Amino acid sequence: MTGRKILMNFEVTPDSHTLGAYLGRGGYQTIAKVLREMKPEDVTKEIVASGIQGRGGAAFPAGRKWQVVDPHDGQPHFLIANADEGEPGTFKDRWVLEHSPHTLLESMLVAAYALAARHTFVYIRGEFDQPYTRLAAAVEEAYAAGYFGENILGSGFSCDVYVFRGAGAYVCGEASSLLASIEGSRGYPRNRPPRLTVKGLFQRPTVVNNVETLSNLAWIIAHGAEEYRKVGTPKSPGTRLISISGHIQRPGVYEVEMGYSWAKFLHEDCGGVLHGRKLKALIPGGISSQVLTGHGAKVLTADSVDSLLLDHQALWDVGSSLGSGGMIAIAEGTCMVRLLQVMLRFYHHESCGQCTPCREGMGWAHRIIDRIVSGEGRPEDIDRLLHISKFNDGTTICGLGDAAGYATIAFIEHFRDEFEYLIEHKRSKNDGRLECLPEVANA
Amino acid sequence: MKHLIPEFEALKTRLPPGLDSILVLPCLRRIQDDRGYIADEDIDGLVEYLGVPRIQIEEVLTFYTMLRRKPLGRWHVQVCRNVSCSMRGAEPLIKHLSNRLGVKPGETTADGRFTLSTVECLGSCGTAPVVMVNERYHELQDAQSLDALLEELK
Ligand SMILES: Cc1cc2nc3c(=O)[nH]c(=O)nc-3n(C[C@H](O)[C@H](O)[C@H](O)COP(=O)(O)O)c2cc1C
Ligand code: SF4
Ligand code: FES
Repeated sequence: MTGRKILMNFEVTPDSHTLGAYLGRGGYQTIAKVLREMKPEDVTKEIVASGIQGRGGAAFPAGRKWQVVDPHDGQPHFLIANADEGEPGTFKDRWVLEHSPHTLLESMLVAAYALAARHTFVYIRGEFDQPYTRLAAAVEEAYAAGYFGENILGSGFSCDVYVFRGAGAYVCGEASSLLASIEGSRGYPRNRPPRLTVKGLFQRPTVVNNVETLSNLAWIIAHGAEEYRKVGTPKSPGTRLISISGHIQRPGVYEVEMGYSWAKFLHEDCGGVLHGRKLKALIPGGISSQVLTGHGAKVLTADSVDSLLLDHQALWDVGSSLGSGGMIAIAEGTCMVRLLQVMLRFYHHESCGQCTPCREGMGWAHRIIDRIVSGEGRPEDIDRLLHISKFNDGTTICGLGDAAGYATIAFIEHFRDEFEYLIEHKRSKNDGRLECLPEVANA
Repeated sequence: MKHLIPEFEALKTRLPPGLDSILVLPCLRRIQDDRGYIADEDIDGLVEYLGVPRIQIEEVLTFYTMLRRKPLGRWHVQVCRNVSCSMRGAEPLIKHLSNRLGVKPGETTADGRFTLSTVECLGSCGTAPVVMVNERYHELQDAQSLDALLEELK
């Protein structure tokens, strides 16, 4: 057991995602209460008091973001649920969309009321099949039952939701790029200020929150900030959905209470490393876990995991972050050079090309790592990779350029010997292997 | 695309009024579902219908990887090759498919049945390796399961 539950607090059955099942769990009573008894600013106050931090990667306090928007300033406001979920290793929002879409929708109503947002969007990644069909069906159910549309539950409050499908661009998960995409343009991120809460979608104040962040809100309003604060740790209240994959015995999505022990989570709840092997390294929160924290996210080595507790502060203290909650376990025997190659190829492919250091730097780094892997690396290549990574840091518009650099630095810092070995001997110290096969474990 | 306009109009009921450029991506996706790709005449039609500049639509078409200007094979087989899938055997799987279909990633078989592609993380890493065929995900794949799947796809 991974602690108390807020989101995964019901049994998944073939119909647990439907409106009927959700109503059976007390669904849509919170929005009814909010519309009946609360003012918009009361809702925001409660969210601020709850201390909930964003679950999309940067852990920015949701309440502080909302406070920037004045619900009474008379201009249109927008609310967006970020369901672009493209961070490699991350598949937790998908769980919410597939199994509890109404939790998201009800929470969005609560948020839209607090922010005076007449129109809301869910920006869902373009490839998703079942999460999209389930969410789209839930939206129809909610409209039919009168939870969206004009004059909701006779309160005078009106709100629409539109499920907007992406079209295959990782960078569109970045909030300003996402807005450009909804506006019908290429998804180019843009510099702040102005903040999106000041000038967002079509220049109007806009709040973008991650699916998981939003989905907690109905619970927080139903039980109160004080109850929420009793879950988790003082600095990181609540729970996190952790999606774990890679070389792990029981991959999947787990709801973990903040403050839970990593070692226990990995070795007991997730059944330990695949085929009983030793843990070599752990990517804690998506391959760009550090995207917006400004901390260089480190790939954690096995020893540093043992004493760690799962919360934002604990990870920041070791120079990493919980990021998007996309954990990837890496077993002994895995070639870290090849793994970095996969990551750099990805970043190169996904760079939107707007900033020179990211566009050129990613291409350059990708060519160098390809060269090293093919046995044509030169001794100076390692420092060149580090140089490119450090140059990117802070010189680009969005976090993509930084993230690639942090990953490179962390890999080289912890596993420099593997890079040197490959360059010198023209073959991988670990057979160039990325898979974790049982035969090797027994050998 | 003209025959789809009633559908596009219906989408507007839940969107903020007067901001029609929001429909650029939804319309392009719908046209592609219908025709299999985006043709020149579709771009002309959208420019007229949405009143957005032609260059904006051209830019969108080159930016998003899911949008295409040419038809693909009947079955688009996309293998995820990002971190978690590679760690669970995606690379040998791509080789296997490539051999079996006789095409490299990015190519279409001579009979027009299959296009093989690689794709980045599909957000389904816990059930890696993942292969997407047209709109559908197929999880926890191996060479045998994919062979069986290919047999079914006529
Ligand atoms: C390259 C890049 C990709 C991102 N992808 C996502 C994503 O897929 N989902 C997400 O919620 N946030 C993503 N983010 C973070 C968003 O910009 C934004 O911070 C987040 O959606 C805010 O929600 P939160 O405060 O609830 O975490 C990404 C950021 C960057 C720089
Ligand atoms: S850092 Fe890279 S992905 Fe981000 S805006 Fe600049 S070029 Fe685009
Ligand atoms: S790495 Fe393949 S689905 Fe995420």
